[in-house]
Amino acid sequence: MIALSDYLILAAGLFMLAVAGIFLNRKNVILLLMCIELMLLAVNMNFVAFSHFLGDMTGQVFVFFILTVAAAEAAIGLAILVVVFRSQQTINVEDLDSLKG
Amino acid sequence: MPFDAANLFPILPEIAILVTASVVLVLDLYLKEKDKDINHTLTLIGLLVAIGLTGAVGGGDARVVFDGNVVRDGLTDLLRGAILVVSLLAFVYARPWLKDRGLFVGEFYVLGLFAILGMLIMVSANSFLTIYLGLELQALSLYALVAFDRDSKKGAEAAMKYFVLGALGSGMLLYGVSMIYGATGSIEFGPVAQAVAEQGMDNKVLVFGVVFLVIGVGFKFGAVPFHMWVPDIYEGAPTPAVLLLGSAPKIAAFALAIRMLVDGLEAIQPDWQGMLLILAVLSMGLGNLVAIAQTNIKRMLAYSTISHVGFIFLGLLAGSAQGYASAMFYAIVYAVMSTGAFGILLILSRKGFDAENLDDLKGLNDRDSWYAAMMALVMFSMAGVPPTVGFMAKLLVLESVVRIDLVWLALVAVAFSIIGAFYYLRVVKVIYFDKPDPDMPVLTTSGGVRFAMSLNGLSLLALGLFPATLLSWCQSVFV
Repeated sequence: MIALSDYLILAAGLFMLAVAGIFLNRKNVILLLMCIELMLLAVNMNFVAFSHFLGDMTGQVFVFFILTVAAAEAAIGLAILVVVFRSQQTINVEDLDSLKG
Repeated sequence: MPFDAANLFPILPEIAILVTASVVLVLDLYLKEKDKDINHTLTLIGLLVAIGLTGAVGGGDARVVFDGNVVRDGLTDLLRGAILVVSLLAFVYARPWLKDRGLFVGEFYVLGLFAILGMLIMVSANSFLTIYLGLELQALSLYALVAFDRDSKKGAEAAMKYFVLGALGSGMLLYGVSMIYGATGSIEFGPVAQAVAEQGMDNKVLVFGVVFLVIGVGFKFGAVPFHMWVPDIYEGAPTPAVLLLGSAPKIAAFALAIRMLVDGLEAIQPDWQGMLLILAVLSMGLGNLVAIAQTNIKRMLAYSTISHVGFIFLGLLAGSAQGYASAMFYAIVYAVMSTGAFGILLILSRKGFDAENLDDLKGLNDRDSWYAAMMALVMFSMAGVPPTVGFMAKLLVLESVVRIDLVWLALVAVAFSIIGAFYYLRVVKVIYFDKPDPDMPVLTTSGGVRFAMSLNGLSLLALGLFPATLLSWCQSVFV
């Protein structure tokens, strides 16, 4: 039997991986979008695990909503990516540096 | 379970905004270029109807509908009204700017209305699910609004940064929510509050969740050290988008904090108090100090936002009804002030020119003394000079901090706001004592914009002289 804590540790690992990816990635904006997706999926893992062990359906319903929102978020993110590429001809994270101060 | 149509009554303002957004979305397809003003008129009518409905369904005891997911109480009524009024002003200011740049299209209004809808949902949320959906609806619309000017290089970059950091903030918030769900077994604020009161700080999962929740709130407010996105977005985004995302969303963020931390987790207030305290001190310090070094006025206002967020947190962390009321007063007043400041920047812009630097305000008094007076009022209010309302707001927040025996914190806040006064007064100096460039064209604005700006500026003075009404509304929310 896999315990609740195992699921939580896995979710925490995925979450940390995603956050680290967002901060360490200096090359490609697409990777950032993937990290954001991964972060939300780690949260979903948490919700499903809690939902199962609490015997309460709310968490799984929440997951459906998060999945929907994540899809919308990816759509907006890719649309912004297209705008960035059109205006800068690059999607390198390091080149997004015209705003600072 | 049968659906009860009475559920729909408390959310009539939301429905009005949704209908308006949908109508504008479809109608825009059939409008000719010269008829685009209809979008604007419809949006304003929709907002006015929503304000009317807020008044009509408001008042009375709190009502929980949609199986505990939505609530209508005093907080909802007041914040709904404030969000709608501030957004109404924003749309009025934005119109000439959009027209000058060929961006006067339906999308701006549709996205703006959906953002407002998201904020209204946040304000009337009674469960973590509802508040998350409202937050995302607001955030997704605002990401698109920032990238709205497709040919602007800075706009695209700002949108990308806003998107990534906004999504990171939402992710943190959600991770916190999942932990709290695990610890309490519910996502409704009522049962969560009950479970939290029983468990206290012993449950490590709960503590873990609260930390992530506070980080998420910090991201959404733009508090130091989660502020990195604020200055870049303010500088890069088109000014009408900044106007929309810099004013009313602060009220919504306040609602987010109150709903989650106070409605849901008040039992462990000492725990999040410490975290908010750190955020508040850092925000006030960094915001006010870095703002001094800015020559771009949009960036300067971004850092000023950060410092004001610190003040809002002071009221929140006091943990008393009086503290929450003063934070609410501050959030509403701040939204009105920032609408005024960005409104003036929009008025000063014209075809092919954006007012972005301090120098662009030079000699505003010689060009149009009425707008100069309004901008001076906004700046005095932001600095907290009596008799403007900014002074009252700061005073109330400080009072609530002193009452919980954190006198040192009040002293720190006063010291930083004195430092902050420097850069606000510098703007006033530029307006009144510098000479304008001789080749500056005459400032022309429509009567509607002038009326809205006068209302906006004078309301800061009026609220400062007679704060009792708004303050008593705020206080009646938290009894």
